[in-house]
Amino acid sequence: MSDSQYRTTIQQVRQTILSWLEKRVAEEKLNWIKTTGENLMGEPEDWELFTSFSAVPRHTGKAMADLTDQEKAEADAQRAGWKPGNWRVDDLGRVYLLLCYAEQGKEKFLDRLEKIFITSDMNEAVALYQGIPVYPWPESLKLRAAEGVRSNITTVFNAIALDNPYPKEYLEQDPFNQIVLKALFVGSPLFRIVGLEERANATLARILVEYSQERRSAGRVVSPELWRNVGPFIDEEFEEDIKWVLSQTDRLQLKGGVMALLSSDYSGKEELLKEHQDIVREIEEKNITWDDIGKEFEAVSG
Amino acid sequence: MSFESMMFIDPHVHMVSRTTDDYVAMKNAGVVAVIEPAFWIGQPRTNSGSMLDYFSWIVGWERFRAQQFGIRHYCTIGLNAKESNNEKLADEVMELIPRYAAKEGVVAIGEIGYDDMTKLEERYFGLQLELAKKFDMLVLVHTPHRNKKEGTLRSMDLCEDYGMDPSKVIIDHNNEETVKAVLDRGYWTAFTIYPGTKMGNERMVEIVKEYGSERIFIDSAADWGDSDPLGVPKTARLMLERGISKEDVRKVSYQNALDAYSQSGQFNEEDWLNRPLIDQTQTYNGNTVLRGGSKPFIEKKGSDKDDLIIE
Repeated sequence: MSDSQYRTTIQQVRQTILSWLEKRVAEEKLNWIKTTGENLMGEPEDWELFTSFSAVPRHTGKAMADLTDQEKAEADAQRAGWKPGNWRVDDLGRVYLLLCYAEQGKEKFLDRLEKIFITSDMNEAVALYQGIPVYPWPESLKLRAAEGVRSNITTVFNAIALDNPYPKEYLEQDPFNQIVLKALFVGSPLFRIVGLEERANATLARILVEYSQERRSAGRVVSPELWRNVGPFIDEEFEEDIKWVLSQTDRLQLKGGVMALLSSDYSGKEELLKEHQDIVREIEEKNITWDDIGKEFEAVSG
Repeated sequence: MSFESMMFIDPHVHMVSRTTDDYVAMKNAGVVAVIEPAFWIGQPRTNSGSMLDYFSWIVGWERFRAQQFGIRHYCTIGLNAKESNNEKLADEVMELIPRYAAKEGVVAIGEIGYDDMTKLEERYFGLQLELAKKFDMLVLVHTPHRNKKEGTLRSMDLCEDYGMDPSKVIIDHNNEETVKAVLDRGYWTAFTIYPGTKMGNERMVEIVKEYGSERIFIDSAADWGDSDPLGVPKTARLMLERGISKEDVRKVSYQNALDAYSQSGQFNEEDWLNRPLIDQTQTYNGNTVLRGGSKPFIEKKGSDKDDLIIE
């Protein structure tokens, strides 16, 4: 079995998820999950896969799983960058069942997985996209992941876009850039997109600056996080836009502009920062990061 | 309890055909939950892929759309009578139903039944009753527009042939001619307030006066035709004005539909009683109903809205 996403094996990933469920689901309900999982590893009929996947919340409930720090570390130890910190108990149950069904082999697994994606309701779609980092044969899921980015349902978009290492690792530049732009558009926090710095690129910087111009024309707020991916690409072309940010009165907006400049090697940088030495000092003294900017903006705009 | 504070359920309404204005009007009129039965869409589908997308639509996007306006959305899944007459389509749709039947918020198999009362209609009606038994699900039966009385009686006969418990079956679109037989045989007895073709609400008032409120409830079946998504609250108000007790009105416009469909385990009063205030920034900010950048509608008590300004 292809398991290029795992640091361990699919069996161990399953075992880990089951151990989390054991602490959160009553024994009788847990037995349903175990029995169903075993059945899905045997010779199940298709309808058994479809109905049991759908029925998981009837058995597990829909509470947040609230994984402990220890459990989050276990997740990362199984699969680098896997962040199930915002998963619900039924998400765990659903992904567990899919990983059991994966024993049917590549062709069958991928075919039925796509069928489940196609007919998914909202909560199922969230579980399915969140689970992408732990499915076997990840190379075959690129189109499906890109489709998730197109969802109009914010929770579904967030499931693939946020706290998810898959886009950074597998998506081409265009769909990755779409994630960043769309996150801004729908008001999702950029700091939860995995791999922003690694995937920064000049095309994205230009798209973001143009987007900021549109927002300005419409008199709408521009997220200070927007400048995170612009910073390394600042040159003469973007100088007016940076000057505009630095003319804002809102301190968080100013911090965004200053942080962007600090991350650039633009020759006009020092001149632009001259009037904002107090903010430069604050950033240095408090060791402010882009994640802090994102969190603060989320708090004031959420 | 004033009329203004009453809650309503519209247990049969095709919201995919309705506008956001309708959602706002329904919310303002006190509708807290709707059930969208799978049906045909005004013209026949020519392949099962259309049905797959439609089923996905009513468990997905439409549910999300409703939520945005503070209304909980549920649905039934099934192959309607009209399209049962396309055998190839029907066989393929039968394969799709199990892929949706166990989803959250799917409260019944339906709406199924007779239209022209053909052999094929009867075959797929029966196959779906079998499926409902297998999955231990409720059934919503659509009774035909033409030859209604015979169609209704035959529908109940068929349900019983397949061993359905009448308390697990909702017979819909009843009228003065069918009500007694349906009540007598122990089925949930639903009436559709639909101008012109089905029930008018003055007639409905008379039915409740004569038959009482046990196992009777009303719906709008509002769809793509000239219909009224406020059928349930308007009829409730008319009943009160014409002297029907508040308790009876509550039963036929809320409680009985709740009792019938909560048997599914997928239709719970807590879903809307504990509903958080609508906040489109949290749940729904894509680029269709709310264009990106449009000001989210955040429910506040006494919010002052200026109708002229579009931001």
